[in-house]
Amino acid sequence: MKNPFVQSTILVVLVLLVAVTGVQAAERLNGAGASFPFPVYSAWAYEYNGITGVQVNYQSIGSGGGQRQITARTVDFGASDAPLSPEDAEKEKLLQFPAVIGGVVPVVNIKGVKAGDLRLDSETLCRVLLGEIKKWNDPAVTALNPGLKLPDESVTVVYRSDGSGTTAIFTTYLSEACSAWKDTVGAGKAVKWPAGIGGKGNEGVANYVKRTRNAIGYVEFAYAKQNKLAHIQLKNAAGTFVEPDMESFKEAATSADFDPARHFHLWLTNAPGAKAWPIAGATFILLAREKSESNLKTTRFFDWAFKSGDATAERLVYVPLPESLKNKVREYWKKAGI
Amino acid sequence: MEEGGYIKPDRDDPGTGEATALPGPVLSRAEPRGLAAFFRRRSPVDVLFATLTGAAGVFIIVIVLGILGVLLSESVLSIEKFGPIGFIFSTEWNPVEELFGAATGLFGTAVTTVLALVFAIPVALGIAIFLSEVSPNFLKGPIGVAIELLAAIPSIVFGMWGLFTLAPIMADHVEPALQSVFGDIPVIGQLFAGTPMGIDLFTASVILSIMIVPFAASISRDAFNLTPALVKESAYGLGATKWEVIRDVILPHARLGVFGGIVLSLGRALGETMAVAFVLGNNHQITSSLFDGAASITVTLANEFTEADSDTYLSALFHLALILFVFSLVVLALAKYILLRAQRKERA
Repeated sequence: MKNPFVQSTILVVLVLLVAVTGVQAAERLNGAGASFPFPVYSAWAYEYNGITGVQVNYQSIGSGGGQRQITARTVDFGASDAPLSPEDAEKEKLLQFPAVIGGVVPVVNIKGVKAGDLRLDSETLCRVLLGEIKKWNDPAVTALNPGLKLPDESVTVVYRSDGSGTTAIFTTYLSEACSAWKDTVGAGKAVKWPAGIGGKGNEGVANYVKRTRNAIGYVEFAYAKQNKLAHIQLKNAAGTFVEPDMESFKEAATSADFDPARHFHLWLTNAPGAKAWPIAGATFILLAREKSESNLKTTRFFDWAFKSGDATAERLVYVPLPESLKNKVREYWKKAGI
Repeated sequence: MEEGGYIKPDRDDPGTGEATALPGPVLSRAEPRGLAAFFRRRSPVDVLFATLTGAAGVFIIVIVLGILGVLLSESVLSIEKFGPIGFIFSTEWNPVEELFGAATGLFGTAVTTVLALVFAIPVALGIAIFLSEVSPNFLKGPIGVAIELLAAIPSIVFGMWGLFTLAPIMADHVEPALQSVFGDIPVIGQLFAGTPMGIDLFTASVILSIMIVPFAASISRDAFNLTPALVKESAYGLGATKWEVIRDVILPHARLGVFGGIVLSLGRALGETMAVAFVLGNNHQITSSLFDGAASITVTLANEFTEADSDTYLSALFHLALILFVFSLVVLALAKYILLRAQRKERA
């Protein structure tokens, strides 16, 4: 055993063993669900582990999966982009609260039109996506954009081919904004699109909008910002044209009336604030009511994230909950006996 | 023969030692047959070995039946709601209204699979012929390895490559060219109608064909290499050219092997998911143009499983999987049957 190589190998193995058993001894918290908040949850989990030693293990298996897993009680918490209706939350004995906010941004590729140049209202956007407005220089579009030169070219609609919370938020907005959409298409994570082509994931949609002249699509706010796509300005519920940015999302979150009695069930679409971006949505955490022990661990994690995780969230282009809403959530926990 | 319980084969053949290595075939006709007899006459080690391998074989059947059972039980809701036959022929796919049907998915699966085979088979045969007959020896190694490497690339890589590289090339160059050549011909022109986007049946089939080429090529090559040198040399001796030898001697000789390779590729093409998911569009429609998006069954499952939140929706997806399972079973069984019949004919 004089061989230095053998000795160092044994040392390394011992250190690894200690490390592994150390990890196994740590407190664990298992969550699963929506893929949209996965980057921010895992960044929070990493920091939280460094501070408390608690290991938060989050698997992004999709919102539908998150709802199923927590209903089956196989995880400590579930996560979903679409809020569970208050009735379902009661029926399955679940608790539900928002964790972070994201939004959807329509993006275009029209020659000579830069980010933020094109202005649309919900009615016109809806008619474009329904295929009723076929050309970009349609009077309905030009009326909203005096001074902007729009081509006499056909519109190509690009949508998400996979089921996603992004589509759910976007189609909910369209259904609220115009009745023609509600009657012919409706809202959901996957819908039957009247026109256009489908791209898989944000990257698929973004790629097709970038490559296809005169295309319009929609992607998550974070994705649009990080990839510098040409977003549009939208007329919100208060009648002002707004740009999608951190401020307009925060305003949407602050002005919306989340109701703890209804388990915060709310789509952040057409929020009333004067500068609120109209297509936003909170992503939710689901807890099993009877699991008081793991619920305490979960809420401790999110309480920490509410307190110290805002900077991380903003760095990843998520919108943190406004302070008033955070306090509402904390009260909701207290009321539920956590 | 020291092991206890080991019974000497009747026809002892000490000369070769083969009889003790392979006791099976040397049992005389008078010996009792069947499983029980087999176990009674063997050493414990043999019995253990036979049990283990037997269990491994039976395990496959158990797994397949288990999958079938799960698919059946999960799709009960959808079968009740849409009917086992009605579901297959319904072109509806509307998650909001919760109306589902498999026709669009079956259409996408069938078209991409058939087209991929059409694209892949000539290329695979070309590769195989080159490797076994034409190629100089120093090239055989590198090309053979390259083909096998192609088979090892994860399908998601093909998918992303398809989305970011192949689809733009298709949309900007290949598809407009095809359109200008065939677009004006009646009927055939229909296949190439519409605006070329690169997200369509055509691009998906091309990617799929690239993925199945390695299977078809390497199996065909092995089949070609099995042609006895004697037969080939006889043909050359009679004055046949290389082309004649390939066409009239090697290809007929290796027919079954080539067909087997195609069947294997067919299975791969039917089930391929991620590579196609990025370039097929997942549009639930039956279309006459290859330049339109479509949805295959596997693509629908990959795209919609994670976010399927209603029970009917999820059940419809399981129902789709069940249909693909049965569809593949029928297609592969049919192919196997043809293969077996041809083999029997060959022997006769």
